[in-house]
Amino acid sequence: MTIQETEDGIVEEFSVFTDWMDKYEYIIELGKNVPPIAESAKNENNLIKGCQSRVWLDCSYSDGKLYFSADSDAIITKGIISLLIRVYNGQTPKDIMESDLSFIQKIGLQDNLSPTRANGLVSMIKQIRAYALAYMNK
Amino acid sequence: MNRILEDIRAAVPALSQQVYGKPLVYLDNAATSQKPVQVIEMVNMMNSGLNGNVHRAMHYLSEQATMLYEQARERARQYINAPDRENIIFTSGATAAINLVASSFCYKFLKNGDSVVIAGDSHHSNIVPWQMACERAGARLKVLPVDDSGRLEIEKLDSLIGPDTRLVAVTHISNVLGVVNDVRQIVGIAHAKGVKVLIDGAQGIVHAKVDVQAIDCDFYAFSGHKVYGETGSGVLYGKSDLLNQMPPYMGGGEMVETVTYEKTTYAPLPLKFEAGTPNFIAAAALAPALDFAAALDSGERGRAVKEEEAAILAYLPDALREIEGLTLYGTSGDKIPLFSFSIEGCNSSDIAQMLDKLGIAVRSGQMCSEPLMDRYGVTGMVRASFAPYNTLEEAAYFADSLKRVVKMLR
Repeated sequence: MTIQETEDGIVEEFSVFTDWMDKYEYIIELGKNVPPIAESAKNENNLIKGCQSRVWLDCSYSDGKLYFSADSDAIITKGIISLLIRVYNGQTPKDIMESDLSFIQKIGLQDNLSPTRANGLVSMIKQIRAYALAYMNK
Repeated sequence: MNRILEDIRAAVPALSQQVYGKPLVYLDNAATSQKPVQVIEMVNMMNSGLNGNVHRAMHYLSEQATMLYEQARERARQYINAPDRENIIFTSGATAAINLVASSFCYKFLKNGDSVVIAGDSHHSNIVPWQMACERAGARLKVLPVDDSGRLEIEKLDSLIGPDTRLVAVTHISNVLGVVNDVRQIVGIAHAKGVKVLIDGAQGIVHAKVDVQAIDCDFYAFSGHKVYGETGSGVLYGKSDLLNQMPPYMGGGEMVETVTYEKTTYAPLPLKFEAGTPNFIAAAALAPALDFAAALDSGERGRAVKEEEAAILAYLPDALREIEGLTLYGTSGDKIPLFSFSIEGCNSSDIAQMLDKLGIAVRSGQMCSEPLMDRYGVTGMVRASFAPYNTLEEAAYFADSLKRVVKMLR
């Protein structure tokens, strides 16, 4: 599945919610179901510090594709992380660099990606792109 | 709701709006307060008709603006009972006021090997400027601790102040703990050893009666926007002899007497510390803001506000404690209606984000007080801070909503 197809699927899923609390319920559920990151990967190197919450991001590369695992101490952040991983996992560095993540806005979560939110998500996306850029030149 | 409170709320337009389809419940007053009509009107009136640079020109607009600016200085003087207008320096806020002292006072009086004592319940604004000043001078920063209940351990102050101590900088009321510190006692202890005291009054100006002569502090700093004023206004109160001894903070227009390339002499107080065009509209709006604040504290309005505040203080801590795993911080003594807490298994930003969608504005995270978060062993807290225009109904809606949110998060 391409990045765009996954994004479209997520937008479709979220289109059923008319109430914010229902939407959060779903995001929290997603957050709770994120596969746990290896304890060894939850280290200082992978830590992205925000004022509001912390995020750990680990990346691996095989067969020209990138794979991510991540964790956060905030469950809503973690729910959004699960969406990002769904979108990016198994994609090529080039496709990741070309994506614009417009789905975040389409499902109304752009506030979570505002640089002032300081929840680590903005830095996480930057970090994902930094990995993609690094592997693109390999 | 009580009729008097309804009147107060009607005078603050921002309170009657809806967010995400819910009535706004604004409980982030310790960050900034909502403005009453008379403040908004003053700002609009000056922007639309009286925009002339202060203290400079002979024309009508400048004269009117200067008059309003100086009237606000007089209003601020009265409000905190400063002896003279020269003791009231307009700044852009409490942060700028503290930085002014950390820069000018410390340049003059803080030397290599000296120390500054700060309070352990401080906002970053009362930590970082002193840290910077100490680094510049080669001085040491010492911290007066807070105990588990959020009480400043004033009994340790005397031994913390050494012959090397030049200044004690304390918080009047902590933005995280909401406990009113006994600043008179602190000043007494410091002055007995000949040490000067600055008080960060960002929260104190809103919730305590501030009489700088009774407190006898050497400096008192506050922001206009936390006390119903416009953003970008603030006051540094300072004693005249100290302000006169301190070098100017910034150089520029208005702060000078005569300028030649060889030597400049400075304007007398307070203008010596007001270089450049000040935010004179915000400063002028401090007068109606302080009028509004004073009215909330007197007569039948004052009684209604006090009753509601007492009801909130009696109700909310118990209502919050019904939530399993909730810890309240700042439970000691004289307390303003400000409630910071953490909940086991729930991240503060998750809670705040969900409350937002229910119309409730609260603060979350480290609240510009990272050392205090470390002190209590948490990465963040949620804070609900009430103003006199908040009601018991809002407190109840907040408590119920919090219970709902916590249930979803667990």
